[in-house]
Amino acid sequence: MEFTKPALEYAEIWPIIVVLAVGALGVVVEAFAVRRLRFPLQVALSLVGLVAALVGTVFVGTNLDEAAGGQARGLLGAAGSVVVDGPTVFLWGVVLVFAILGILLFAERRLENGVSAFAGQAAALPGTDAERDAQSLDHTEVYPLMMFAVSGMMLFPASGDLLTMFVALEVLSLPLYLLCGLARRRRLLSQEAAMKYFLLGAFSSGFFLYGVALVYGFAGTMDFAGIDQAVRSDTGNTALLTIGIGMLAVGLLFKVGAVPFHAWTPDVYQGAPTPVTAFMSAGTKIAAFGAILRLFYVAFGSDRWNWQPMLWVIAILTMLLGVVLAVVQSDVKRMLAYSSVAHTGFLLTGVLGAQSVGDLAAGQVTSTQAVLFYLVTYSFATLGAFAVVSLVRDASGEATGMVRWAGLGRRSPLVAAAFAFFLLSMAGIPLTGGFIGKWAVFTVAVSAGAWPVVAVAIASSVIAVFFYVRQIRVMFFSEPEGPVGEVATVTRPSLLTSGTIVVGVLGTLVLGVVPGPLLTLAGHAGQFIR
Amino acid sequence: MSDFPWLTVMLLVPLAGAALVPVVGAALARQVGLVFSLVTLGVGVAVAAQYHASDGMQFTETYDWISAFGVHYALGVDGLGLLMVLLTAVLVPIVIAASWKDADEGEAGYGALDGNGQGGSAGFIAWTLALEALSLAVFLATDVFLFYIVFEATLIPAYFLIGGFGRAGRSAAAVKFLLFQLAGGLVLLGGVIGLYVVSAQQGAPSYLLSDLMSLDIGTTAGRVLFVTFFVAFAIKAPLFPVHTWLADTTEKATPGTSVLLVCVLDKIGTFGMLRFCLGIFPEASQWATPVVIALALVSIVYGALLAIGQDDLLRLIGLTSLSHFGFIVLGIFVFSSQGGTGAVLYMVNHGLGTAALFLLAGYAIKRRGTASIAAMGGQEKLTPVLAGLMLVAGLATLGLPGLSTFVSEFLVIISAFQYHWFVGAVAVTGIVLAAIYVLWMYQRTMTGPTPEALADPALPSSRDVSVREIAAVAPLVAALVFLGFYPTPLLDAANPYIGDLMSHVGVTDAPPDVTAPAAGHAEEAH
Repeated sequence: MEFTKPALEYAEIWPIIVVLAVGALGVVVEAFAVRRLRFPLQVALSLVGLVAALVGTVFVGTNLDEAAGGQARGLLGAAGSVVVDGPTVFLWGVVLVFAILGILLFAERRLENGVSAFAGQAAALPGTDAERDAQSLDHTEVYPLMMFAVSGMMLFPASGDLLTMFVALEVLSLPLYLLCGLARRRRLLSQEAAMKYFLLGAFSSGFFLYGVALVYGFAGTMDFAGIDQAVRSDTGNTALLTIGIGMLAVGLLFKVGAVPFHAWTPDVYQGAPTPVTAFMSAGTKIAAFGAILRLFYVAFGSDRWNWQPMLWVIAILTMLLGVVLAVVQSDVKRMLAYSSVAHTGFLLTGVLGAQSVGDLAAGQVTSTQAVLFYLVTYSFATLGAFAVVSLVRDASGEATGMVRWAGLGRRSPLVAAAFAFFLLSMAGIPLTGGFIGKWAVFTVAVSAGAWPVVAVAIASSVIAVFFYVRQIRVMFFSEPEGPVGEVATVTRPSLLTSGTIVVGVLGTLVLGVVPGPLLTLAGHAGQFIR
Repeated sequence: MSDFPWLTVMLLVPLAGAALVPVVGAALARQVGLVFSLVTLGVGVAVAAQYHASDGMQFTETYDWISAFGVHYALGVDGLGLLMVLLTAVLVPIVIAASWKDADEGEAGYGALDGNGQGGSAGFIAWTLALEALSLAVFLATDVFLFYIVFEATLIPAYFLIGGFGRAGRSAAAVKFLLFQLAGGLVLLGGVIGLYVVSAQQGAPSYLLSDLMSLDIGTTAGRVLFVTFFVAFAIKAPLFPVHTWLADTTEKATPGTSVLLVCVLDKIGTFGMLRFCLGIFPEASQWATPVVIALALVSIVYGALLAIGQDDLLRLIGLTSLSHFGFIVLGIFVFSSQGGTGAVLYMVNHGLGTAALFLLAGYAIKRRGTASIAAMGGQEKLTPVLAGLMLVAGLATLGLPGLSTFVSEFLVIISAFQYHWFVGAVAVTGIVLAAIYVLWMYQRTMTGPTPEALADPALPSSRDVSVREIAAVAPLVAALVFLGFYPTPLLDAANPYIGDLMSHVGVTDAPPDVTAPAAGHAEEAH
């Protein structure tokens, strides 16, 4: 086989390149800059890089050529391995926005009295002198690590073939495994979370790789367009295809935390440093759902009847198990983790709304549009909620026990109100973005005939309301119990965290009241191109 | 009629009040709240003055909102909407005046009511005004999606009003209330989504009520969607068997909150049945009639029986509403002009009568420091004016001729007899039972020997109603008497509306006589 040098479309893929370059530059800074300068340098570098990438994304998005007869826009870049089309650009933009907010949370140093939420020296064993010596240090490697994760998140939904998708999966996962283990407080819990995440993640990557091999065996090609052709002509070994789809689904569904691959979610969400949880809960979902949409719609779109029943079952299980387990949680972070599992189920409901263009009325909401919109609304709410969690503290750090939050509404009405607002959005109460998102994904699913799934989704929403409202009740209507020192209070953050929370509130509110522009933007993204 | 956006202004005034009240703080909160609610009432009266009874939907404002969903910001008012809007606008200043300092610490600390740290009066009034704005929006929305949004959004102020102010155990009651309502709301969400899908299948998706009323929904789809709408409205109304949140909520909340919940919010249930169930699903509504009528009859009798058995005054009044809502739903679903008009009138009269009863019961409870009927007794001699007002409100509730509830109850029962003698016969027992629960309640709380411990005139229990307290309930009592003798204004608004609705669902019969109930009765006799 002759090797031809691929022509790279630098103009279109440069947002990814910028982020990767900033990550690499961050490593250099870490190696050569004096300790004192590392923190400001890294933060500035990351922010500048992300903003530059965001500007680039907007630029790329406005200049995409039409493709597929006007129903989509974009091109196949890097010899077909990176697809820059409407949904890709939309997802890039969203990932970058939440990455910027994530950096702001990472850089918060007021909550821990002048140091960040990350372990001063990750290698120091917990409880040793080495750890105490590192108390005043700041771990600035987190910024390049995050840049690499972001680049993986951008590449993941943009992949044009299975191999690129696998590489992106690893690039996004490995830094996250590390970041999860870097909490400054409760280090053993954090390291355990990282270990769990890594082992299970590696396991699911194995499944994904096995699926890649099987689908290659079926189609004789890695790229999605070729797989689509093979599925349509239906010439290969269908058993290979069916098992291959299942294996690939395991890898992807693990990343979004769908049942039965959700077991890591609560432990990791609880153990990871809260800024990492905030960023990860938003970013990973956006990227992984982008990849799910691309894989299932583009590569396996014509084999819909084979994978839809599987997703029906998984969506139903995910929603039900997510909300039921969230009800019995007594820790705010775990509650939010199980709620994120339930939201995965709601998003899968939207994925089930896939319909051919011919079946849709003019101007009707498409499933891609609905899922993209939901991802944004959920990300605002979850990032904001975890940002609030990082503020509620007692002497030993964050106080995540639910009872500790009793009476918070009276001690810090604004913070509690912001948290309540995020919960209401997750519960899907009108005038929040979450409601519009829920409406959109349910609608496309009903429209595609998946009404039983929607019926379960509505039943799960009722259960979900229970635990969201319980938390609001604890904050506003419960008297604090126990000695004074055990009551959690809100520590005043710097502008970084409070700004992020304000952005979250505004985003949630604006998407609830005037969702039109973003919906139009998501609709304008059009279809995936092959 | 000018192009002035009257309805939007009517929504913005209480909303502005709700935003302003926390800013001015506790000292001026009550006055500011009262002024804003009175201005809202003024706007409502201005709308009523320019309203033409025969013109259908008026003061319409329609703007595109979320074009991808076919959603509009669309407001309009018709006969039913106008009556509900006025009822809301009248009740809110009365509630604010009647609960004047109930929500403040200390003042409300006596008796069985207590305020707490939820911002005292400022919090109570801000949430009340927010609830008013959202309730008005519910009655004015002519786009189903907009309706749904404000329908759900009313729950947030309602939740904080129940959970923040009232008696011990209120936060559990608030959660129960919210879960029931949100469950209904989510079922309704299924219906709203279904409407979009049906409307999209037939071309351009639109949520405008006028578009949906002319939409050809298939029989099966129509019935399924009808059920989702009906379940949500039945929980709201409430109707047997989804009424169980009602008694707990009214028992724990303050009387003022209960007025807002039972007399305004719950009306959304029956309002929705008229406007959306009958308006969008006329065929399915008639298909469901037997079941709905059976539920309504059970509600009438069961609610009254439960009320008789209560010892808590506020719980008792709450449960009487279950019986009353049974009457309203019965009037709607017998499908006749008489029944429909009766139901609409009933919605107004129940609002006035039950509001008066709740507030007066609140006065009595504050004086005696207990809500237990068994522990009251003999209040008549201590506070004769309070007892007298209570008697009038009670008699209105049981439908005494000459008081306004009688007119509506009479129309509903006649139409029930016309539907089937058995239905009428069961409904009539509701009146008998109402006489029992009202008079027995009055007897046990107001008459009888006064406990010797309370003979001291310096005790709070001996203070008769103050000027403020009288001023708050006097308009209600006056309206009950006035509309009992002269129901024409109500009939003028209700008749054209019900006429249009009945012709939409395919029923043609003469509207009820507009002169006086006695004349209607005479005609029946001929």
